[in-house]
Amino acid sequence: MKADPKDVLTGSYYVDGDVASAYGAIAAGCKFVAGYPITPSTEAFEAFVRRAPLVGGITIQMEDELGSIAAILGAVWSGRKSMTITSGPGYSLMMENIGLGAMLETPFVMLNIQRSGPSTGLPTLAGQADMMQSRWGSNGDYEVIAISPDSPQEMFDYTVKAFNLAEKYRCPVMIMSDECVGHMTEKLVIPEAGEIDIEARRFYQGPKDKYLPFKPGKNLVPEMAKAGDGLKLHLTGLTHNEKGHPTFRQTNDTKRLVDKIRNNADEIIELREDGLEDADVVVVSYGITSRVAIRGIEEARASGLKVGNLRLVTVWPFPDKRIAELSKKVKAFVVPEINYGQIVYEVERCSHGNANVVLVPHGGGYVHDPKDIFRAIKYAANEDKKIEGIIEHKTELYRLIHEKGYKFY
Amino acid sequence: MAKKKIVSHPMDNALRMDRIPHIWCPACGIGLAVTSFASALEKMQADLNKVCVVSGIGCTGRVAGYTKVDSFHTTHGRPIAFASGVKLGNPKMKVVVFSGDGDIIAIGGNHFMHAARRNIDLTVVCVNNFIYAMTGGQVAPTTPLTAYATTSPFGNVEPPYNIPRLAEACGAVYVARWTALHVRRLTNSIIEAMNKPGFSVVEVISPCAQYYSRINRLGDGLDMMKFYHDNAVIKHNEPTENLDIDYQKQIILGKFVDRERPTYMELYEKRLSEIKSKKK
Repeated sequence: MKADPKDVLTGSYYVDGDVASAYGAIAAGCKFVAGYPITPSTEAFEAFVRRAPLVGGITIQMEDELGSIAAILGAVWSGRKSMTITSGPGYSLMMENIGLGAMLETPFVMLNIQRSGPSTGLPTLAGQADMMQSRWGSNGDYEVIAISPDSPQEMFDYTVKAFNLAEKYRCPVMIMSDECVGHMTEKLVIPEAGEIDIEARRFYQGPKDKYLPFKPGKNLVPEMAKAGDGLKLHLTGLTHNEKGHPTFRQTNDTKRLVDKIRNNADEIIELREDGLEDADVVVVSYGITSRVAIRGIEEARASGLKVGNLRLVTVWPFPDKRIAELSKKVKAFVVPEINYGQIVYEVERCSHGNANVVLVPHGGGYVHDPKDIFRAIKYAANEDKKIEGIIEHKTELYRLIHEKGYKFY
Repeated sequence: MAKKKIVSHPMDNALRMDRIPHIWCPACGIGLAVTSFASALEKMQADLNKVCVVSGIGCTGRVAGYTKVDSFHTTHGRPIAFASGVKLGNPKMKVVVFSGDGDIIAIGGNHFMHAARRNIDLTVVCVNNFIYAMTGGQVAPTTPLTAYATTSPFGNVEPPYNIPRLAEACGAVYVARWTALHVRRLTNSIIEAMNKPGFSVVEVISPCAQYYSRINRLGDGLDMMKFYHDNAVIKHNEPTENLDIDYQKQIILGKFVDRERPTYMELYEKRLSEIKSKKK
């Protein structure tokens, strides 16, 4: 199915990532947003509420993030494509109903413009430290899809894709952006509606009294329904059977919440690879850091090192197979991220001790200095010993503060 | 005489008979509230395809599992927010939030306040049993002063919420209170509330024989019903400030608020059409 021309603001724009994501959501057919203002995601919420009501969307600013996510789940079940928009502490508040959304197999999208934490942290500055929270932040077992765009154009493209994945797999889809991409103003080109693919919601078409809300269909994903169609749906956050009625033991339906993502991981995962064929060192990065890393990689290549670039466009599900495959061929992975180590643990897990894993941590607030990434690559390329665990490569800023006694206020 | 096999019941249409027997304890009042709701649906000849029940967590949270309409059993405290999403997503639905006092007034208090302020077209049936029963009898924001609960072993020291007063102050357009004994009046109130556009609240005082009555030695369900019979006074239009419930004292029942305010969707659509016509 193609996008509805009414929803697509075809043209060239000079906008920031937040606004681009809102336009992407509208293009994808999102007709409901409930949110609560939080820096640095407010521009996305504002852009959506300005545009969407004119094309049949409904928006509401709720009393808090707990209510925002509950409201979008309700709106999905009355038939609308829905999204909520948040950051940092707001994202933490939403964890509760991510679990309900996953349990009811509700297709919905969350836009998290990550800021630096913990707690209130650095509200106006970048961070990438919600990555682990995005995976299993709610109680119990479930899987999500998380995408990490690195430019306003990608914020548009991948917001559309996020809605498509949500419809296809009926799971929470997180757009794990960050303040830097959210507030980065660049050219955005919105194509004609006919060039935008939209995954239509697969509604149950059979006889009304035979509907089983959790009967697995294509890709283990059940068919959708909505309130008001006479199906007399019953959905519960309790562990349930195919019929949606509570049970007293774990059922196949709970197992399916993880299986439908894990079994289809190859189809979901999107990676950008560059120069991996003969690489000694591979830089693994995502979001804004993948753009910063390019500079470090170019510098390393100019100095004669064989460096590959592996960019995780989808971070969850994690590309286990690809990392394991590469680990047998390369000497080391270098993982820069704006946190003190999250995705690096996944890289280490998947490299099975075959390659060294070097973390370039960053406390947040700014992006990496590409020179730090370059130095980490140089170190990794010249380290001939196998070193167990994660090797933390300290940034120059860290050295200045902790080793040379510089004081910053 | 041979026993006649019961093949159908007038409430079969509104209840999920495949889920009966329900989980509620003997002498619980929630079943009566559900009965009133089911007969309200029947009396008002509601289109069951367009009615939606949203519940939270707790004893009353289980209501969604027994009503044969589109029904959602959501998370603790969030049914009003979830229901707001359902209602805004499809304004043709009649959305009823059926949940307990802990769910709606304690953990969900903020959503209650703001949905009332916005006047979202929802009907809230709040079953008040003065206690957290599903978790075993802990003190609630509705527990009367001095009443015992497992987490107020020396008697409750927190003044309870007066639900009708809270609802009125926050902007609800319809507020009534009945006990589980007053099924006929309760049924009529539910009908009125469902037909009223805007945020309407019906509080149902319900016996909890297993926890509230047992911990406070108030007898079994029948004794509680007797207590309601002897101590409930119907005073329609009573100012809501007089509706505090003291421990084992008089309970004032009736319809207290019935007023007109534009709903969220009415204001939203009006404003939007004004903007759209200006743009043309």
